[in-house]
Amino acid sequence: MKGLSTSHSVVAPTAWSKRFAALVVVFYAVVALVPIVWIMLTGFKSPADSISYPPKFIPTLSEVEEKPGEYSPYYQMTLEGYVNLFTSRSRQSKEYLDSLPPPETWYDELVRSRQMVITGASNFSQRYGNSLIIGFGSTFMAIFLGTLAAYGFSRFKVPLKDDLLFFILSTRMMPPIAAAIPIFLMFRATGLADTHAGMVLLYTAVNMGLAVWLLHSFIDEIPREYEEAAMIDGYTRLQAFIKVVLPQATTGIAATAMLCLVFAWNEYAFALLLTSGSAQTAPPFIPTIIGEGGLDWPAVGAGTTLFLIPVMVFTILVRKHLLRGITFGALRK
Amino acid sequence: MQDSSTIEAQAPVTQKRSRSLINKLMNMSDRSMAWLFIGPTVVILLLINIFPLLWTIYLSFTNYRANQPTRDIEWVGLRNYERLLNSEDIWGYLQVTAHFVCWTMILQTIIGFGLALLLNRNFKGSSFFSTVILIPMMLSPAVVGVFWTYLFQPQTGIMTYIINFFGNFGPVDFIGNVDLAPWGIVLVDTWMWSPYVMLICLAGLKSIPPSLYEAAEVDRASTFRKFWSITLPMVLPFLLLAVLFRFIENFKMFDLVNELTSGGPGSITELASINLKREAFEKWRTGYSSAFAIILFVTVFGAGNIFVKVLNRVKNR
Amino acid sequence: MLQHLSRTLATVALTASIGVSAAKASAADQLTLCWAAWDPANALVELSKDFTNKTGIEMKFEFVPWTNFADRFQNELNSQGKLCDLMIGDSQWIGGSATYGHYVKLNDFFQKEGIDINNFLPATVEAYSTWPKGSQNYWALPAMGDALGWVYRKDWFARPELRKAFKAEYGRELTPPKTWDELKDVATFFTGKEIDGKKVYGAAIYTERGSEGITMGATAALYSWGFEYQNPNKPYDMVGYVNSPQAAEGLKFYKELYKCCTPPGHSDAYMVANLDAYKSGQVAMQMNWFAFFPGIAKDPQVGGEKSGFFVNPSENIAASTLGGQGISVVSYSDKKDLALKYIKWFADANVQKKWWSLGGYSCHKAVLEDPNFKNTAPFAGDFLQAMSGVKDFWQEPTYAELLQSMQKRLHDYVVADQGTAEQALDKLVKDWIQVFEDDGKL
Repeated sequence: MKGLSTSHSVVAPTAWSKRFAALVVVFYAVVALVPIVWIMLTGFKSPADSISYPPKFIPTLSEVEEKPGEYSPYYQMTLEGYVNLFTSRSRQSKEYLDSLPPPETWYDELVRSRQMVITGASNFSQRYGNSLIIGFGSTFMAIFLGTLAAYGFSRFKVPLKDDLLFFILSTRMMPPIAAAIPIFLMFRATGLADTHAGMVLLYTAVNMGLAVWLLHSFIDEIPREYEEAAMIDGYTRLQAFIKVVLPQATTGIAATAMLCLVFAWNEYAFALLLTSGSAQTAPPFIPTIIGEGGLDWPAVGAGTTLFLIPVMVFTILVRKHLLRGITFGALRK
Repeated sequence: MQDSSTIEAQAPVTQKRSRSLINKLMNMSDRSMAWLFIGPTVVILLLINIFPLLWTIYLSFTNYRANQPTRDIEWVGLRNYERLLNSEDIWGYLQVTAHFVCWTMILQTIIGFGLALLLNRNFKGSSFFSTVILIPMMLSPAVVGVFWTYLFQPQTGIMTYIINFFGNFGPVDFIGNVDLAPWGIVLVDTWMWSPYVMLICLAGLKSIPPSLYEAAEVDRASTFRKFWSITLPMVLPFLLLAVLFRFIENFKMFDLVNELTSGGPGSITELASINLKREAFEKWRTGYSSAFAIILFVTVFGAGNIFVKVLNRVKNR
Repeated sequence: MLQHLSRTLATVALTASIGVSAAKASAADQLTLCWAAWDPANALVELSKDFTNKTGIEMKFEFVPWTNFADRFQNELNSQGKLCDLMIGDSQWIGGSATYGHYVKLNDFFQKEGIDINNFLPATVEAYSTWPKGSQNYWALPAMGDALGWVYRKDWFARPELRKAFKAEYGRELTPPKTWDELKDVATFFTGKEIDGKKVYGAAIYTERGSEGITMGATAALYSWGFEYQNPNKPYDMVGYVNSPQAAEGLKFYKELYKCCTPPGHSDAYMVANLDAYKSGQVAMQMNWFAFFPGIAKDPQVGGEKSGFFVNPSENIAASTLGGQGISVVSYSDKKDLALKYIKWFADANVQKKWWSLGGYSCHKAVLEDPNFKNTAPFAGDFLQAMSGVKDFWQEPTYAELLQSMQKRLHDYVVADQGTAEQALDKLVKDWIQVFEDDGKL
């Protein structure tokens, strides 16, 4: 009865082909993750270890004995990168250092051991804060307005609906640098340049395309009968929207919010051209860490790690809706 | 909407007035609700998208410079467009862009589709690994660009180490070498965005009804034949969607490459957007760069139109 | 779970925005100073603590790496932003900033406060403060004198076996080079040598594409060959000056130097990359701004007796590329009074002396004309010599366009191997003519 076994069917893959597929996929996943893991580990290297060649692969917590001219794959993990990320430092002569009072904290001591003094806090935490404020602010606005608009498009007869929807989506297609030229002039004229309000407004507008399309697809899935039943019970349309539709759409709203947040969090071109300090977000700031010299890759690693971790968490949280997100609601699993 | 009784009543108590406002809101007609709901979105888009676009079109016919605000704006007609289309340099940048867009599309299609086929075997843990593979595309392109420059460091980077593992090639400079730099940016973009194609193709594969394969099985079709006549045509619209979107995104590419090479060495990786940034925000030739922006926008907008058509076709399946 | 999370996130966002607005309200007497992120800036932070102690005005700093410096702060000035109260802007910005009102004119203030601009070295006043050039309109106080110089590994140059080998090969002593040809000999000599078990290279030179790197580096050679920006008798007449045969020769030389003697991957290098290559023991020489020399002298790895300094080599003539900046008050600031207070404090002779001791290059005569100045640092004498023969890039309001064109043409030729030196300079003249035509100067 061998002929009956459907060993070649694509519908039910054989154990062998499954194993092969698993092997290739796992290999790809590992390769794809190496760069991310590598930069995160670099955050815990010392500047010297971060540029050693051959590269050092194995982190340890204990001290590593260095013999000159001999390669050791081990490196001792240190928080120097994080200290450098959050402080600015000045190299001073030994005499000057000796004239100072003894270091008060462990990070003071660490910096002094490199023959430098801490001159103050760096701007990283302020930039990170800006990323949070602008990210959450614009997400809130985009979701608020987007939910209303999506409901409007989903339930009402709107003249030129398809054109309007296409137009809303097309805003995502404008090359950011091209869009930035007139917006720079507008922001200059209105005093919005380098302000949180300006960036929130801008990111709201850019995220609207995603929010409206995505929420449109989510709200379309909620049967109209629910609202109609509620309205027969004496609810007005608005009450039905608030008390029936919104609770049904929470998952969709939350997923959309996260995707909007990821966009605002990651955005670089507008932030580079329209902010310079007060409202600058982290993406244009992180590249400038390296420019201060001393091959400070550990500080870049530290900044990158702190910046990427929230997005990685979000990716895992929204994985079920990612497909819908990247196709603007056209595809759902 | 016209609830005249509340207006005439002129209730002096604010609380009462606000309640009447809420009542009015609650009882508004569908029509006014539609406008109230959609209105703000349209207003914001008019303000941040349409008005700036019109302004850009106007500026593209002038010699305006944003760093010389006090100078009179002169109408120069089509001179900016003429200069652009006659400039050898601009055609060079467009060629660089074409190389980048073509190769990333090809490689991402192959890798993304391949991964989707493999993941579709539904082995144990396939959903976990598909999530893991998706991580790169969610990261900030600018930050990705920064840490890849670290991996690409010719003398100390891990890429040089890995390549020298297979033979003695010496320092390998993916971002500074004239021959390698165009491929360095393709490599990083492919690393980042192949998962995107994978995710969409996977959805396409999952949408194929198993009955099609069962029927083919009865006909004793070969594996290749099944792939060619069932899998590929069924997935094609999805793949097309993914590829088109990658085209749009990579045609306007700025962030990743700006941090990786910022257009260098020379102008070997100077993509259209990177040059546009130089013209508009370093040289401050606002009028000229507006014309360039319009040319780029028209191209992307055309592609976007096709994109939406494909999107709707996929949706209606 | 998503529902719960989104609610939490919204709360966090609200609290965060409230927190920030509260923090903003509390900072009343605070000045923000904008400059590049480099050693002297950190020294200025240290110096400014005295200012805060004296006046109670808090100082905030916004430092941007050199490769993004012009880009970002030109953007800030052009967007009429309020981020910076004080700006230590590059010398080339003076023209645009004066013409388009980014900086406050300081003449009245100098007069009122009794600040005598003649206390500063005339060459630096001319370069960092005045516009139009040669006039007595002051838009900045000279803050940091700078020029391009060279650093070499004194300890390597002193090794007997290397000295012997060099003499055998080139028939002269291994000493810091005086001409570019000598420099190339030394660089070629060191390239590929094994020193302390490590392969080393000749020289680290500027090749950066994005901002101004390769222009600053290549002009160091071009000036020495006799490159001129324009006909000395007829402004903006550039044909035959910018693309003169000597200029092409100098540019060819710079490319040869790049090809023969720089470390691998040195294709987009500016100050920091040169510094790193030098400090990690990869190169025997580096070109860099004098601004870094105090840091090098103090460096744990290459400081002290290990490093020596020399001025830019000559070829047909002796000249150095000018760096350095003046400090200006930004006209869009809400705290111009406080900012002027800082300038007044900074102009004081004693503050200037401390500025030099911490690693900043004062332009004050009390510092530079002190007979003991040459002995205060191993590079002090070289600095004076370099400053006596400096040349600067265009300081026109359109400088950014002029600079970007030069960056592209030079990098295309030197690093990306496109065309010849003559073609590169011809194209450059064409670009520049168009810029001046568009600007109505031609």
